[in-house]
Amino acid sequence: MKSTRFVVLIIALIPMIFLTGCETNMVVFEPQGPVARTITDLINWSLAWMLLVVVVVFSLFGYIVWKYRERPDNMDYEPPEEHGSTVLEIIWTAIPILIVIALTIPTVQALYDLEEVPEGYEDKEPITIHVTAADWKWIFSYPEQGIETVNYANIPEDTPIHFKLTSASTMQSFWIPALGGQKYAMAKMETEMYLVADNPGSYVGKNSNFNGRGYAGMEFEVLAQTHEDFNQWITDVKETAPELTEEEYEELLKPTHLGRLTYANTHLEWVDHANMHSKTYTNPELYRYHGYQGKTFEEEDNYRNKETNLEHNGHHSDEDDEHEGHGGEHDGH
Amino acid sequence: MGIKWDEFFITGDPLILGAQISIALTMIGIVFGLTYLKKWNWLWTEWITTVDHKRIGIMYIISAVLMFFRGGVDGLLMKAQTSRPEMEFLSSQHYNEIFTTHGVIMILFMAMPFLIGLMNVVVPLQIGARDVAFPQLNALSFWLFFSGAMLFNISFVIGGSPDAGWTSYFPLAGKEFSPSIANNYYAIALQIAGIGTLMTGINFIVTILKMRTKGMTLMRMPMFTWTTLITSVIIIAAFPIFTVALALMTFDRLFGTHFFTVSGGGMDMLWANLFWLWGHPEVYIVALPAFGIFSEVIATFSRKSLFGYKSMVYAIVGIALLSMLVWVHHFYTMGSGPAVNSFFSITTMLIAVPTGIKMFNWLFTMRKGRIKMTTAMLWSLAFVPCFTIGGVTGVMLAMGAADYQYHNTLFLVAHFHYVLIPGVVFAVFAGLYYWWPKMFGHLLNEKLGKWHFWLFVIGFNVTFMPMFFLGLSGAARRTYTFSAESGFAPLFLLSAMGSIVLAAGFAVFCYNIYWSLRYADRNISSDPWDARTLEWATATPVQHYNFAKLPEVKSLDAFWFMKKNNEGLTLKDSEIEEIHMPSNSGQPFIMCVLFGISGFFLVFEWSIAAAVAALGIFAGLIYRSFDYNDGYHIPVDEVRETELSWRNKKGEAHKHVS
Ligand code: HEM
Ligand SMILES: [Cu+2]
Repeated sequence: MKSTRFVVLIIALIPMIFLTGCETNMVVFEPQGPVARTITDLINWSLAWMLLVVVVVFSLFGYIVWKYRERPDNMDYEPPEEHGSTVLEIIWTAIPILIVIALTIPTVQALYDLEEVPEGYEDKEPITIHVTAADWKWIFSYPEQGIETVNYANIPEDTPIHFKLTSASTMQSFWIPALGGQKYAMAKMETEMYLVADNPGSYVGKNSNFNGRGYAGMEFEVLAQTHEDFNQWITDVKETAPELTEEEYEELLKPTHLGRLTYANTHLEWVDHANMHSKTYTNPELYRYHGYQGKTFEEEDNYRNKETNLEHNGHHSDEDDEHEGHGGEHDGH
Repeated sequence: MGIKWDEFFITGDPLILGAQISIALTMIGIVFGLTYLKKWNWLWTEWITTVDHKRIGIMYIISAVLMFFRGGVDGLLMKAQTSRPEMEFLSSQHYNEIFTTHGVIMILFMAMPFLIGLMNVVVPLQIGARDVAFPQLNALSFWLFFSGAMLFNISFVIGGSPDAGWTSYFPLAGKEFSPSIANNYYAIALQIAGIGTLMTGINFIVTILKMRTKGMTLMRMPMFTWTTLITSVIIIAAFPIFTVALALMTFDRLFGTHFFTVSGGGMDMLWANLFWLWGHPEVYIVALPAFGIFSEVIATFSRKSLFGYKSMVYAIVGIALLSMLVWVHHFYTMGSGPAVNSFFSITTMLIAVPTGIKMFNWLFTMRKGRIKMTTAMLWSLAFVPCFTIGGVTGVMLAMGAADYQYHNTLFLVAHFHYVLIPGVVFAVFAGLYYWWPKMFGHLLNEKLGKWHFWLFVIGFNVTFMPMFFLGLSGAARRTYTFSAESGFAPLFLLSAMGSIVLAAGFAVFCYNIYWSLRYADRNISSDPWDARTLEWATATPVQHYNFAKLPEVKSLDAFWFMKKNNEGLTLKDSEIEEIHMPSNSGQPFIMCVLFGISGFFLVFEWSIAAAVAALGIFAGLIYRSFDYNDGYHIPVDEVRETELSWRNKKGEAHKHVS
């Protein structure tokens, strides 16, 4: 019948689309570091199994629909009464369970591995970079080097980078697909992850969690350099870059698109947004660009209320450590 | 309260101006048309005040088709905007509003009401009942859904569309980052519609548990009734969570509380958890009834009973239980730690097991059958391969560590469209082609149906298949544009072209409805598909009391065996009795208006006005408590006349299958 031929056609079409798709470079399949590689291996493993499932279901489907379709010559065929088959049903329960097990083991393994410094890099001294997401920019603070950048980050190759993520505003997702998976950056808490770049090169990073009007522009560049180049860059920045002041920083956190900026100090000197008792840097008035305006609320812990909450909110006082209510991975430090 | 009239209507965008003008013209047209044709009275007595489950079902379906149109236009606008790099068709703000309303409308105001509409039409008939357990409550459910849907839909012309995504994540959706009232529409319209849905859930559980006809044990219920029952249970389990979450959101936005805010110790992660505690079960609320529809259609057109009926029932119960235990898979990337992510990876992947069981049971229902390629069956057939792709990519996403790379990309968007479109849209189309005669007394045109089918299915695959690859190339979802250097352009263009074919399919569908309403043959038998379940054991279209004599059920696929054994098909004159039916009521509609007004004031943060309108709601509740109207009786003569008129037609269901 005509319609059945169409079904076959459709099924034939699908791999064709697959093939055209493969021409674009799929960054997920071209990992540039051990973390991304762990994930790519897992994805490839799952793809093999999924392909198996697709092949089995599609062939069974094609065979059954073709064989038992109504034709002029089988109009007097009356299908049998049939209610099921315990054996068959056990088979198609058991096999999926086995597949799930085959997928679970490496998944759990990978989930644990991805929390640690990647294998083989344990004895390399990691570099810590505090990442602060803001509307609509990324701020990178290098506390050990004492410098800060906006919308780009340079890292040394072959070195585990310990990213500590937080946000000064909305919930965002920090993602450098060539180097590894993503993780959320959230205000007043800290998440962390390790990434390593195999080789010098430039990689695209972005926010993948929607956060308003300027979301699409939240890309940044990660430049992996040789150790010499990286050290040279640090020295240059320390010599030439300006100092960031608190006022400038407050200006910087307003909802804007900025190009690249570089400073010879870090904002961690006066605020760490990962601290759950840190001030709130919100400016509702700057988001009034759409529709009928509703009321907004004064907040005591807002940074503009200089009078209240005067005691020092440094990020290493003992008092803070006692107050960290939400434990686990989300803690303030 | 100082109304800011200059901000009241959305101005400055030609697209929106066009929409405003067309809305105004349509409204004027409707009012004028109804007046000219003197149809106001008909509209009020036959439709607005009806408590008949079939008519309520039809109203749900009409609303859903309209919402599909609105949501589909949103989808096309997005596809147009991303068809080329650096397009400037929509601004980023406009794009954000559009994907937000698209997501909300498609899930809550298209998929849900479409399925609830079919449930309303079919389930009482399938269990041999004369109506649902609480007919007036059923009307109220519909009108609350309608009120919420209309409130949500006016947002883009009055006050501003919500723009924080259908997930409305905090803190973005809070006043700190969205000070306009736009997101109030989300909190309040969904709350109103949600109350209606919750009542639907209660109504159907009671209906199915208490009103089955004689002999219909639970294990003899048709599969669509089973899925409706389990869906209703999930509704009751999940919707209260959403109700609470939306209430907290309302407090945060209207009264300055700090549940989810950045300041004052709010916890944005709490919103994400509450949202998905409802949101994941929600996808099964729409998927399960769809599975029920496919089960009915596949069995009928293969001329076989459903393979592995019992395991199908266990599978849906299993899916329902698991659906409550997987919500964290929507935010593996929140950093909850490997143990939590492992747990939720496993529970999520386990859902594949019962789903696989169902898939194989459908395939084996067709095996040894005689597969008739009607339009309804074609939708069910296309479902199998398309949903398989959605399913396997779902398993890939379920693997926590791999999801770190797929999360928030177009890979995810492709995946859930591959689940929702075959799983829900194909199903409601199948159901519509299949049950259309039950509602309107004629078939939909099969030839146009096939055009609809092929255009839609091909368009769907071409639109969404490229998105998998875009996602793997690093394209994040919800981005309104992309650069030429990204290399995304060819696949985006292909996808946009696919959506035109998809839209053409939908247009043929609308034309088919129009054509069939006008020209289709009205002289059809009450059982045009040679079907298996009780909804076909009565007139087509169904008389308002459903069954003159409630049928007796002796087995699964009751009607099939009634035909086969030639018993219970005829009606003796002595068996005709008076029939007790519920009276129509205008109260549900009045409540709809009151909820709408009150909600509208609340959206605009005019609390006092909202409170005054809310007094009207309470007055309505009190009035209803003292309402002792007990319905009315249809006299024997009228029943006899109605029954004779369809039973004596040529080729009626006295025939039996061999
Ligand atoms: C009719 C054809 C459809 C088209 C062309 C379409 C297209 C799209 C597009 C382009 C997006 C946004 C992608 C992005 O930028 O992130 C989207 C998102 C979405 N779609 Fe569809 N879609 C269609 C049907 C459906 C249906 C039937 C449903 C549900 C039953 C649905 C549910 C959603 C949801 C929930 C979102 C996410 C919204 C959000 O990000 O907040 N869509 N769709
Ligand atoms: Cu889910």
